[in-house]
Amino acid sequence: MQDKVVIKDLYKIFGPEPDEALALLEQGLSKDAIFERTRTTVGVQKANFSIREGEVFVVMGLSGSGKSTLVRMLNRLIEPTRGQVIVNGHDITQMSKKQLIEMRRSTMSMVFQSFALLPHKTVAENAAFGLNVSGASKTEQRDQAMRALETVGLAPNADSYPDELSGGMKQRVGLARALATEAPILLMDEAFSALDPLIRTEMQDELVRLQETEAHTIVFISHDLDEAIRIGDRIAIMEGGAIVQIGTPEEIVTKPANDYVRSFFYGVDVSKVFNAGDIASKSLLAVFERTGVNLRSALAQLRDHRGDVAVVIDRGGQFRGLVTVNSLAAAAASDNPQWEAAFLKDAEPVPAEMELSEVLTRVTASERPVPVLDADGRYRGVVDKTILLHTLDKTT
Amino acid sequence: MANGITDFQIPIGDWVADGVDWIQINLTGVLDGISEVLELVIDSFEGGLQAVPPVLLAALIVVIATWRVGWKFGLFSVAAMVLIFGMGIWPETISTLALVIASSLVALIIGIPIGIAMARHDPVEAVVRPVLDFMQTMPPFVYLIPAAIFFGLGKVPGSIATLIFAMPPAVRLTNLGIRQVSEEHVEAGKAFGCTNHQLLFKVQLPLAMPSIMAGINQTIMLALSMVVIASMIGAGGLGNTVLTGIQRLDVGLGFEGGLGVVLLAILLDRITQSFGAVGGAAAAPSFVGRMRQAFERWKESQSSDV
Repeated sequence: MQDKVVIKDLYKIFGPEPDEALALLEQGLSKDAIFERTRTTVGVQKANFSIREGEVFVVMGLSGSGKSTLVRMLNRLIEPTRGQVIVNGHDITQMSKKQLIEMRRSTMSMVFQSFALLPHKTVAENAAFGLNVSGASKTEQRDQAMRALETVGLAPNADSYPDELSGGMKQRVGLARALATEAPILLMDEAFSALDPLIRTEMQDELVRLQETEAHTIVFISHDLDEAIRIGDRIAIMEGGAIVQIGTPEEIVTKPANDYVRSFFYGVDVSKVFNAGDIASKSLLAVFERTGVNLRSALAQLRDHRGDVAVVIDRGGQFRGLVTVNSLAAAAASDNPQWEAAFLKDAEPVPAEMELSEVLTRVTASERPVPVLDADGRYRGVVDKTILLHTLDKTT
Repeated sequence: MANGITDFQIPIGDWVADGVDWIQINLTGVLDGISEVLELVIDSFEGGLQAVPPVLLAALIVVIATWRVGWKFGLFSVAAMVLIFGMGIWPETISTLALVIASSLVALIIGIPIGIAMARHDPVEAVVRPVLDFMQTMPPFVYLIPAAIFFGLGKVPGSIATLIFAMPPAVRLTNLGIRQVSEEHVEAGKAFGCTNHQLLFKVQLPLAMPSIMAGINQTIMLALSMVVIASMIGAGGLGNTVLTGIQRLDVGLGFEGGLGVVLLAILLDRITQSFGAVGGAAAAPSFVGRMRQAFERWKESQSSDV
């Protein structure tokens, strides 16, 4: 994957003496000590990272850790004190006002915590806001807005006013407004934090689904670990304006860089943080695509190589069943060999969303690995005792 | 010592008088210009209102009151119109109304842009705020003197004193309304690529509208109270009726004039307030929007009947 946004040595100092504060920072003084000395607040210090095209990059930290400041420097709602933000190869810190406005209209859009919808405009007009500002024609505004509203499932409410919608629906409008401009980069500032937990989970799933169909590059600010793990491809953890660790959710959870990062997991039950889908492995068992292989060749392959259990799926990736050498042999020996006859009866799959605590019960009760399916019934992998123990061991 | 204090004087009164003299001598052209423009505005409003047959105009006021506020207020406005006709003060009421509308209009045309400038630039606010305090705390009668000196007697000085007295709420509440627009709304505007101009007209002013409308309402109410006082320098209208009552010690006449002012005040207040509700917390849609919704509901009921 290509780097879409590259951040180089980015600093933000709030207050009257930015140069002095920068000098003190280089001497290694802490944020608090610098505030004591100069009455200047270090917002973000020495940020260096890149965001890849099509990934969901979550920035996590406690309030005051500089995550909101960081994301606002990406579209220059906050002017960086020093450093570069390179988007598609162009340094946005060097852009003129005109170029900056053009960049905001075409390349980057934003979703806000408190939705920030215009109460006097209809849902469709709100969704079309970005296009309206950039001078698109009326029909284009309406068409694009309706398409974006369809994506978030709000097309029937296009002519309502924001006050007539629930919180979750309002944020869908916020999302539609960001999608309507077709900007490849989305900045989402605590976008789901103001929603109640059920709706929040629903919106997170929706975002993940959206990423599967049309991948945006998303920078997502959050203070919620569950959320970060659920939607993030990579997570950056911020403390006192500095980025202390960047990695995949698994890396962050299993190899925290310091106690601050670890503190995010205090009191968090790991078996609740991860679900079956997170730890399911596809490489553990052989997989047969039902339409491509007949029973006998499957049996031969299974005997030749790997273990004695295999997974059978159909062409669309839908899970069909679990077979063993014995069950295959029995089915193949019958007069009319059918795959169905070979499927094990006691191999119930579990959904990918199942929490590890529940998976644990299933896996201990079963002699064989337990298959994991996603919401559409597609095969995600299997979980066996070894994987489970490994996960629980690493994180406690 | 005691002498020293009593002898010590700062002749502010003299300075102001000198200043007024200087303006009168050196800025005659400017004063005449202002005078002519204002006269044109007032005359066209008054002429326009007088030209409409009284019954038609009264009916129009009743219709507006019913549409904007409700049928109960509509009934009140009918009673008010009957009273005003019955007391025989219709021409005075219309003259006062024209002067209020003209003065308020000019006050708003000057005041709202000042309020916008204040909201967007802190130094402007720092300068304008004490001026507004001064304008509001100075007793209204004091404005009559320079107005009369610069512009003589009549409607023009009356409207000048009025618009100066009535302008501060429009300025203040425009400033306040724009400053109260939430940071995230402003950020949203910028994040989607608004120019400064677009940010003002597409985000800040619409969201500040309830506050601005409250300012407009206040300006109109202050204008009404000042127009009555301005009758002392010949602005005419209902104030004149009251003034005549005082001069002749005619309690009845004074009360009739006063009642006319009160009725006009209630009508203006409730009707302008109803415009302030647009875009407020309830986000009542505009008149057109409301009609459209009603029409769509009607269409739906038609199609569901079929």
